[in-house]
Amino acid sequence: MRRRPAKIARILYLVTIYGFLYLPIAVLILYSFNDTRYSSNWQGFTLKWYTALGDNRMLLDSLGNSLLVALLSSTIATAIGTLAAVAFQRYRFPGRKLLYGLLFVVMMSPDIVMGISLLMFFILVRLEPGFLTLVLSHITFCLPFVAVTIHARIADFDPNVIEAARDLGASEYQAFRHVILPMLLPAVVSGWLLSFTLSLDDVIVSFFVTGPTFEILPLKIYSMVRLGVKPEVNALSTVLFAITLMTVFVSHLLVKEKRS
Amino acid sequence: MTDRSPFKTAVVAVVAFWILVFVLLPNLLVLAASVLARDEVRFIRPGFTLAHYRALMSTEILGIFVRSIAYAAGTTAICLAMGYPFAFLLARSSARKLLLMLVVIPFWTSSLVRTYALIIVLKANGLINTLLLETGLIQQPLPLLYSNTAVFIGLVYTLLPFMILPLYAAMEKFDPALMEAGYDLGASRLQVLRHILLPVTLPGIIAGATMVFLPALGLFYVPDLLGGARSMLLGNLIKNQFLAARNWPLGAAASMTLTLLMGLLLWAYFVSVRRYGDPREALTR
Repeated sequence: MRRRPAKIARILYLVTIYGFLYLPIAVLILYSFNDTRYSSNWQGFTLKWYTALGDNRMLLDSLGNSLLVALLSSTIATAIGTLAAVAFQRYRFPGRKLLYGLLFVVMMSPDIVMGISLLMFFILVRLEPGFLTLVLSHITFCLPFVAVTIHARIADFDPNVIEAARDLGASEYQAFRHVILPMLLPAVVSGWLLSFTLSLDDVIVSFFVTGPTFEILPLKIYSMVRLGVKPEVNALSTVLFAITLMTVFVSHLLVKEKRS
Repeated sequence: MTDRSPFKTAVVAVVAFWILVFVLLPNLLVLAASVLARDEVRFIRPGFTLAHYRALMSTEILGIFVRSIAYAAGTTAICLAMGYPFAFLLARSSARKLLLMLVVIPFWTSSLVRTYALIIVLKANGLINTLLLETGLIQQPLPLLYSNTAVFIGLVYTLLPFMILPLYAAMEKFDPALMEAGYDLGASRLQVLRHILLPVTLPGIIAGATMVFLPALGLFYVPDLLGGARSMLLGNLIKNQFLAARNWPLGAAASMTLTLLMGLLLWAYFVSVRRYGDPREALTR
């Protein structure tokens, strides 16, 4: 009984922090269904801001562009990231420590540093800023997240299983294709989903490497938000939040499956 | 793996190619640009100079640096103060899977969307002002938005999950029996915190601080959207040099200082892991 006040204090503390994290998002979602453009009072439930999104060609185009970039870059990042994780775990080659260190640096380096370094690189090699530069950049910042997610999973493996396959005559590729990859699959899908979210949400790197002819959703939202609060943006932000929510949830289920 | 399998060669080649071309080379370009002369048309021209690093020392830019670092350090301190007890409670909770998930969701949610959500809460006829006005605590709406306070709240709000997750990872590995042992041996709460919990979770603290401090310097859209034009931070400075002022070498030099800060923090992290990581491995389950 003596400990009850302490327990209440602990719960209150947790609730306060969660409230801080979630209250603004909850208000945003609520307002996206509010039937008024200006007032912040509740004026009744509506879906008209969502229908307005469906009629906005420019927004739909930039959403399409964003999805295309995200699908392509997360898929390629997952392929290279999976190979990287396998290479760093299984192989010894010159420069291994340097490359692994660089991957770590990418993960920690501020987005703005990556944005300007890639901008300079693309100008040097004369790549027109737009679709291609975006995909290349997004692959680069997703890569370490995939590699780390998968590396953690490989580290749990019993290496004898792979050695057994090799002893039974499987080539390195066959061992990868038929033994390593199936065991890694949940982590691969989880890495893909996280890359997809990262790509879909990125503002800073994209800001530097995109061109005027190829508009993507986060930058479109950024330019709209600079002009103030709009109910259409509330609806759009809610949609983006829902996509993130689904991604995190599915990814969580996959990782959970691994432990059982 | 001593055998030369073509698969292995191909894998290593692809991975090495990508990292060297899209990570190492671009960063070397920034370093090069920061010590080359400025050119109006082609951005940079040959000729070694340290003038851009000296220009960073001018009163105006130094002011931005100092303010930016103060904001980032303040954000880190507040996130740590809020996140440390939080991560501790989380790691001890029976519902920690669910509670952790509730931190992971904002971690992965677009920072732009979250910053925008904060605008809705802080604006003149937003939630906070409406509540305060209706309860009669204030007569006029408070000017919360477009202030330095709003930028500060925005940075803490955006980056708090980035502090909590590494702290949680460190706390989860920590064996609570160590604290019990400390108490049994007569240590006070403060002594247990100071001599057991803090050292063991130090790598987590430094990892969290790195993940908050560095982005806090570079997140240009937070001051852009929440602050007035006055609250310009390092990220805004770099962005302006590249896009508006077209002074690439100066922007590159400013960016190099960010890279240098990152190097220092990563170094501190590895030192702490080397010093406290091993005992942690030995002492935990």
